[in-house]
Amino acid sequence: MKIFRSAFIPLLAVALALLAGAALIALSGASPVDAYLALLEGSFLGTEKVPWTEALGRTLEKATPLVMGGLAVAFAFKAGLFNIGGQGQLIIGALVAGAVGYGFQGLPWIIHMPLALLAGSIAGGLWGTIPGVLKASRGAHEVITTIMLNFVAINLTDWFTSKVWREPGILARTPKIEPSAEIPRWGNIPIGFFVAVAFAFLVWYLLQRTTFGFEIRTVGLNPNAAKYAGISVKRIVVLTMTISGFLAAMGGAIETLGVVGRYEPGFNAGLGFNGITVALLARTHPLAVIPAAILIGAMEASGAIMQFKADVSPEITDIIQALMLLFVATPILVRWFFKDSDENELSVGSSWGSA
Amino acid sequence: MSALTSLLYQRRWWIFTVVAIIGFTLFTGEFKEAQTTAILASTLRQSTPLLLGALCGMLGERSGVINIGIEGQMLMSAFTGFMVAAETQSLLLGVLAGIATGMLMGASLAGLSVSLQGDQIIAGTVLNIAALGVTSFFFQQGYTLPGKTPMVDLWFLSDIPVLGRVFFSNRPITYLSLLLVPTVWYALFRTTWGLRTRAVGEHPSAAETVGISVAKMRYLNLILAGAIAGLAGAYLSLEAVGSFERNMTNGKGFVALAVMIFGRWNPVGAWGAALLFGYTNAIQTQFQFRGWFTDHPQFVGMIPFVVTIIVLAGVVGRARPPAAIGQPYSRE
Repeated sequence: MKIFRSAFIPLLAVALALLAGAALIALSGASPVDAYLALLEGSFLGTEKVPWTEALGRTLEKATPLVMGGLAVAFAFKAGLFNIGGQGQLIIGALVAGAVGYGFQGLPWIIHMPLALLAGSIAGGLWGTIPGVLKASRGAHEVITTIMLNFVAINLTDWFTSKVWREPGILARTPKIEPSAEIPRWGNIPIGFFVAVAFAFLVWYLLQRTTFGFEIRTVGLNPNAAKYAGISVKRIVVLTMTISGFLAAMGGAIETLGVVGRYEPGFNAGLGFNGITVALLARTHPLAVIPAAILIGAMEASGAIMQFKADVSPEITDIIQALMLLFVATPILVRWFFKDSDENELSVGSSWGSA
Repeated sequence: MSALTSLLYQRRWWIFTVVAIIGFTLFTGEFKEAQTTAILASTLRQSTPLLLGALCGMLGERSGVINIGIEGQMLMSAFTGFMVAAETQSLLLGVLAGIATGMLMGASLAGLSVSLQGDQIIAGTVLNIAALGVTSFFFQQGYTLPGKTPMVDLWFLSDIPVLGRVFFSNRPITYLSLLLVPTVWYALFRTTWGLRTRAVGEHPSAAETVGISVAKMRYLNLILAGAIAGLAGAYLSLEAVGSFERNMTNGKGFVALAVMIFGRWNPVGAWGAALLFGYTNAIQTQFQFRGWFTDHPQFVGMIPFVVTIIVLAGVVGRARPPAAIGQPYSRE
């Protein structure tokens, strides 16, 4: 009953957003039925030319960084922090994983792959530490600093790919990673997805079953009470942002090691922001992040087929996602259905003041 | 005398910054009139959307509502302004459409955060993501404008060397934004409306007890602020660039928030801060023009964002935001 109740609003939001999307598609002169059928075919069912395992594999491939990005946002949310810097953390992770992936030769797979994965994740974690420290020590609001750091990260990764770790040639990109650093696929199914799922359970355990997680949630609910109870709010803010950056960056690292095979600027544009949509759609529950990411991943995976089969511009999925977010993250529906309760409300500690 | 020295000492960082900027401008302009004028004019151009964005954020925050959605308001207004101007071939109608769009977005933010009492930061983020999605979906190549908003020289003033050319030889929205600085300052600090706005932002329950409607003041401010953000959007597509590009705001809405904080929620301060940020952009183009650091353009590209971070970290701790910011208000 409890699960039904907490899943009710997100499901309704998705349904309403799809309905509104259908109206828009009809308005643009295409058939909504064809479009949504193409969406299903492109993401799960497959078409005449594409077997269903390939379609599903592509959906899971797209969902992987979304699970990690969603976890990053959801995790920070628990401490009352809004990490919009997933994009920057992700590309730093993708770049460093790519560099370690091609830079070391002759290592066995059992060492090289985890090394590259961890190096990327840790680099992105440290990138997340910066806004954490700025918030804890100077009271600079993380929403602005993380966005600014996104732009800095884009420039920085561009510089590294064009000047330091560049593959000889015209294209500014890193060389292909060694086979010993690759995250393998099982047929069409990317193994990286299951790494992300494992991390979803890990984050859930950390938040719900450990003292550290309890401290994080206390700070998120009431920083003053947390301080009074002897919890160092500053320490929690810095650590939370670091772990959040680590999670987002691992999404980028998996993308490099399991899908792209190298770092190319612009290849993961927008992935970090979709993490926000995923986290809010999951109402910041770490396990609910998995289905939310698969849903968004399915939309991302089937954009081309929707355009090809139903003549709908793939940006329609951006609008559907924005509508989902509007319905799920704002209290519109909640106020309609649960007039008496406030358990379904999302909130971040929103003030420019000191942490 | 000692009063003067202590004042100079208190303001030493400001004086240092101003002197450094003047020196650096003259240096990069090679001490020539044309180059120096070019740098300063570019500074003013780059600062205009930031100033307008900061004024938008300020009206919201002075009444107690954080507006993270300025970026989305600007992008959406740039889009509708461009489309209307391209369809009707009238720039004036385009600017008006941009302003109307901004007001509509401001009203939606008010609806989400005041009427429905949702989280203000999430409401703003929703506006941003929605604006990016809607503009990307509906934008099609192939529309052209009848031109950009016209250049207007103000009488003999524009003949004054350097500063005259910089300030009195501009396009309409730039003049309008300069006029808005004293207007918003006067409105906020010298009118009943401003006093009520600030009361609602500092202590809403006290304001309510003397008969001011908190919800009404917040709606009013967010809609007016939306008009200013709409003007900023119209500036980008119709005055600065002359076309629309996907995600053309490119973070300006967020930099504007830093400008607002650096200007300490004061229009005059925000103008100074906007000029400083505009300057970091202007020397960026000057660097490219002179061929400095052309091997490493990425580091030049970082300057505005790094400056924003430093400013936020350096100033916010000491600047005090309106007290009731971020909290939905409900009568007990």
